[in-house]
Amino acid sequence: MSSWTPHLPALQVVVPLMTAPLAVLMPDRRLSWALATAASLCALAIAIVLVGEVRDQGNIVYEMGLWAPPYGIALGVDAMSALLLLVVTGASSFALLAAPTSLSHEVGHERQSYFYAAWLLALAGLSGILVTADAFNIFVFMEISSLSAYILIAGGPDRRALPAVFKYLVMGTIGATFYLIGVGLVYMMTGTLNLADMELRLADVGDVKPILVAAGFITVGLALKAAIFPLHVWLPNAYTFAPNVVTVFLAACATKISIYVLIRFDFFVFQGNLTAHDWQFSYFLMPLAVLGILVASTVAIFESNLKRLLAWSSVAQIGYIMLGASLVSAAGLTASMLHMFNHALAKGTAFLALSCLALSVSRLDIKNIGGVARRMPWTMAAFVVGGLSLIGVPGTAGFISKWYLISATLDMGNLAPALIAVILLGSVMAVVYVWRVVEIAYFGQGAGTITDDYIQEAPLAILIPTWIAVLLNIWFGLTPALPVELSTSAAELLMEHLR
Amino acid sequence: MEFLGLYNYWIAVVLLMSGFYAVIAKRNLVKKLIGLSLFQAAVFLLYITMGKVEGGTAPIFTSASAEQIFSNPLPQVLILTAIVVGISTTALGLAIVVRTKEEYSTIEEDEIQQMDCQENVASE
Repeated sequence: MSSWTPHLPALQVVVPLMTAPLAVLMPDRRLSWALATAASLCALAIAIVLVGEVRDQGNIVYEMGLWAPPYGIALGVDAMSALLLLVVTGASSFALLAAPTSLSHEVGHERQSYFYAAWLLALAGLSGILVTADAFNIFVFMEISSLSAYILIAGGPDRRALPAVFKYLVMGTIGATFYLIGVGLVYMMTGTLNLADMELRLADVGDVKPILVAAGFITVGLALKAAIFPLHVWLPNAYTFAPNVVTVFLAACATKISIYVLIRFDFFVFQGNLTAHDWQFSYFLMPLAVLGILVASTVAIFESNLKRLLAWSSVAQIGYIMLGASLVSAAGLTASMLHMFNHALAKGTAFLALSCLALSVSRLDIKNIGGVARRMPWTMAAFVVGGLSLIGVPGTAGFISKWYLISATLDMGNLAPALIAVILLGSVMAVVYVWRVVEIAYFGQGAGTITDDYIQEAPLAILIPTWIAVLLNIWFGLTPALPVELSTSAAELLMEHLR
Repeated sequence: MEFLGLYNYWIAVVLLMSGFYAVIAKRNLVKKLIGLSLFQAAVFLLYITMGKVEGGTAPIFTSASAEQIFSNPLPQVLILTAIVVGISTTALGLAIVVRTKEEYSTIEEDEIQQMDCQENVASE
């Protein structure tokens, strides 16, 4: 075992990448599923070991093929990537455990082995972004994960998935190409693609104007991929019409990985080398974050399709993550990292509950679920816990990150009262949109009330992963030591690069 | 003259903006994809052009060529990868257009949006 551990950063990508073609070759969809789930659980195990190593020994650097950086491509895992590796592999594993029950309603049996292959490629791409230390590698992995995400979303049963995914494809490609332009400009000025090397060499660059332009391209391109308001227009429909388990997977981690790249690139490369860049970063992203929280929460309140409601809530939660980052302080970045982790838990749980609900309720609309909690008590209870975590009620994971976010804004002087008001208002709006669903599901009567006998509790095969996610929400709400420790050291790592 | 001397960058910029314009302004899905390909191709050119050294040859290292000037091969290698990504994106985009045509019997964005709106109203 011990001789394997140095290779874990590479295996994190290689395992799902190599299992993907095998999943296609399997003669039966159940075997493909078993293989995909085994690979995903294996990736989760690798991520857990890596988290342990990062906590014990600090950053891990892996030289691909023993070529020393900056000439060879290096992989690196630090607290920030370890935390998100947990999110990505965890989300993938939970969603895959729920997949066979949920998918049989949505994706034809003969197409399912291809579906699992695309899933594994998405997993490989997302983990690849997290482990690599090379700017161009990030682009390639980003496109691997995005292309497979388009395929997964296009597999949705509703034909409206197609225009939704086309929009996502166009906007995602523009985002990735913007990132490529930015990397090209930095490469032009420095002649390197290794992030750490870039930072060093940028210090000797005389004319910083191209670097500033590169920072602009990279920020906007990744903001498109991360669905930061107002570049979020692809997100609601893509999440709504994707197969339910795909929404669980992507909503929990896909946009967060782009935010990870955005924060990492900006702090590791640009913050140390551009004058007043912390200022630019802050004043560009903070208004967008605040607007995102307020506008998207408002839309969510008036939305009647349950999946789209949660998708709009995701846009708002991305606002919280960016708000934390835009404070450019250790406390703010800690809150931002924590919220990535906790929001993945909360939103994953809520979407898992919706996947259970979709097994019995034909259309996930607020008008169709009157009194459904009487028939499906476990499903709706899971939704309630996910919702509480989303709101940030004490005792759930969501509370911890909101708490850290509010205490981080306290250092902001004049802005503090306004920012705290925005966070609290956003939380109140979350209470409203979660309560609307809960009220109708528990107390709904009159028109649209569920009376049919065929509506019954979801099978155990999907309830068990859902409830493990529910318990994790409460577990990390009561004992947040692990994510807090990782977030804090990630924030310290980022702040070291500040000018 | 410096303004014109950088004509290779200007070509990339013009291509980039024409492609971007087509993506935004055209309502036909295939035309949008053509714009997207143009947009990506412009970035490929930007990379290739920055690796070019005037009078440089191919970077094949022999004892006789030790004194020669080489063009930087790395951007070309990078772009080889980016071209593969671009082709996959275009292929996937076209596949989605084919599926759209099957389901909606049109590839005009306006008409698709109209049909979707009706569907949304009907489902409420």
